[in-house]
Amino acid sequence: MTAENRPAFDGLEVGQVVAERDVELTRDTLVRYAGASGDFNPIHYNDVIAESVGLPGVIAHGMLTMGTAASVVEEWAGPGNVRDLQARFTRPIPVPNPGAAHVQFTAKVGALDAEARTARIDVTVEFDGQKVLGKAQALVPCS
Amino acid sequence: MPVNTDAVGRAYGPHEPYEVTRVKIREFADAVDARSFAHLSEEAARAEGYPDVVAPTTFAVVIAQRAEFHVVVDPEVGVDFSKVVHADERFTHHRPIVAGDLISSIVHIDSIAQRGGISMVTTRTELVDEDGAPVSTVVSTLAVREEA
Repeated sequence: MTAENRPAFDGLEVGQVVAERDVELTRDTLVRYAGASGDFNPIHYNDVIAESVGLPGVIAHGMLTMGTAASVVEEWAGPGNVRDLQARFTRPIPVPNPGAAHVQFTAKVGALDAEARTARIDVTVEFDGQKVLGKAQALVPCS
Repeated sequence: MPVNTDAVGRAYGPHEPYEVTRVKIREFADAVDARSFAHLSEEAARAEGYPDVVAPTTFAVVIAQRAEFHVVVDPEVGVDFSKVVHADERFTHHRPIVAGDLISSIVHIDSIAQRGGISMVTTRTELVDEDGAPVSTVVSTLAVREEA
């Protein structure tokens, strides 16, 4: 959050798409996130354990999906410029082996506060035609 | 054994401070597909107005999950980790995290709501820097399935 790199408030419109990205999640992506985050829950790399707790197989970390959503917002907002970010994890993303889960991220302007000069960015994350995050919202201070 | 609702209000910490390094920020940025050079290069970060490489938005989870672990392993709270699903997460940044930060954390159990055989355990982790100034607030809810 520095004055230097904030996005411009003027010209933004509710509903405008500010960033989007298609991401392929593989077992490699999951292992990389496990190592980087320190989240070694075996349901994110071990099929036997994932199935034993009633999952269809290995699933992506919810925080990997949320972290990637944040990166899509940051691509527009600038690094370090997301002041607040929230999400509910409503559906798991099973990640096959071999293969990949194809996930679509779309970041849109959800609301604008002209007085505070902030934008609420709503992120839609879809896998297999269904939303996997609920109320995924970021608050971005603008210039 | 169900989660113990009497645990609401408990706090754990402060824990040993977490030292934020450039290498860890780079690893995390790679893992979440964060593409700004300000996560990788000190020079690029300075050009954006930061004193050193800046962490991606959800990097605070690295520190917060370490703190939350103290709740999960407390036998008096009674969370069975094999029955846990992450329900929601929220980050409120009071300032961005940058390499070189030394961050302490205290985790609070804010609420435990039980319905339909599931306990929703909400924790709030407050991250502060070396001067005690607030850095981030991380609120996380775990859904814990009780024994059938």
